[in-house]
Amino acid sequence: MSSLKSVLSVPVFKQNPITFHILGICSALAVTSKLETSIVMSIAVTFVLAFSNVSVSLIRRHIPENIRIIVEMTIIASLVIIADQVIKAFAYDISKQLSVYVGLIITNCIILGRTEAYALKNPPLASLLDGIGNGLGYTIILITVGTVRELFGSGTLLGMTVLPLRTGGGWYVPNGLFLLAPSAFFLIGMIIWIMRTLNPEQIEEE
Amino acid sequence: MLEHYLGLFVRSIFMENMALAFFLGMCTFLAVSKRVETAAGLGIAVVVVQAITVPVNNLIYRYVLADNALAWAGLENVDLSFLGLITYIGVIAAMVQILEMVLDRYVPALYNALGIFLPLITVNCAILGGSLFMVERNYTLGESAVFGLGSGIGFLLAITALAGIREKMRYSNVPRGLRGLGITFITAGLMAIAFMLFSGIQL
Repeated sequence: MSSLKSVLSVPVFKQNPITFHILGICSALAVTSKLETSIVMSIAVTFVLAFSNVSVSLIRRHIPENIRIIVEMTIIASLVIIADQVIKAFAYDISKQLSVYVGLIITNCIILGRTEAYALKNPPLASLLDGIGNGLGYTIILITVGTVRELFGSGTLLGMTVLPLRTGGGWYVPNGLFLLAPSAFFLIGMIIWIMRTLNPEQIEEE
Repeated sequence: MLEHYLGLFVRSIFMENMALAFFLGMCTFLAVSKRVETAAGLGIAVVVVQAITVPVNNLIYRYVLADNALAWAGLENVDLSFLGLITYIGVIAAMVQILEMVLDRYVPALYNALGIFLPLITVNCAILGGSLFMVERNYTLGESAVFGLGSGIGFLLAITALAGIREKMRYSNVPRGLRGLGITFITAGLMAIAFMLFSGIQL
């Protein structure tokens, strides 16, 4: 039981897919200029991750070794199509903002990486927890970056004003850099710095 | 007309740089940029695959998947666009496989130089992203060929530049926790700021 618990908690803090494995960076950088899009993206990725892990784990004894990547890609692509259609149906405005990045969950390396490294060798329940755990690890980073960028970039959270802007009679002058692409690089670089200071064994020596 | 294509070409290389403006292909961008030679090898492979897959996916979208596209086969009102994602990734995987066999047979020198990078390109988001942008922006066949080539060259440029900077940085004294990937992120961020300067240019 305790091992199942650690399957869920290790990827959230210690071996976070983004800061430790450096997987799934593209979407983490691109959709985080607002908190709302970050949350929707995290839910979609967690969903795909959990179910692709379970599906691959269920048929892991029947997949021939040399065509396993194609099988995994087909499963992942089908799940992403479901997620894409659901987001288009229920949150059309957000799906427009997420643009191509929902489709790009297919090539998000976290998902193929977890099915390859974990689901192929472990039973369905543990794979499900591993998928959810990695999804949560991804979610935490996305929400942190999304919160910082939206709060300092436009003074709002989820569209509600937190820091009243100068233009609207308040006191806060927004920092436009946080809405632009490069700030996401700096923020994730800083998060990696913090994570590695907390876990010194992860530091890379040259 | 030529001006339009030239504008699109320059725009897809600089202003809409795949790696630094849209963050596509980040995993490879950060992982394979330790040395200039390997980075350039990967970049060239991306250019070749991108220039082939975007127009091919354009044809498939136009004549099979788009709304009412199957009218030429006598099937009216059929909309298969929800199958887009799975089709594009299939096309990309197949193209990479074919390219690998062709290179192995006719240009073994390039094949050996590209090595492991060629199969890895299948899961490079820049390639799939190129095809998805092509659909989203409704490019014609000519435009998609130019866009594919341009965005591939943009990626080649970005990854080679980053690898050059990282090679030089080996002699600098970086804070311990930032060594390796941390500082690479910050370098890439600074490069992204530099590339943003291009966005002021009107074409």
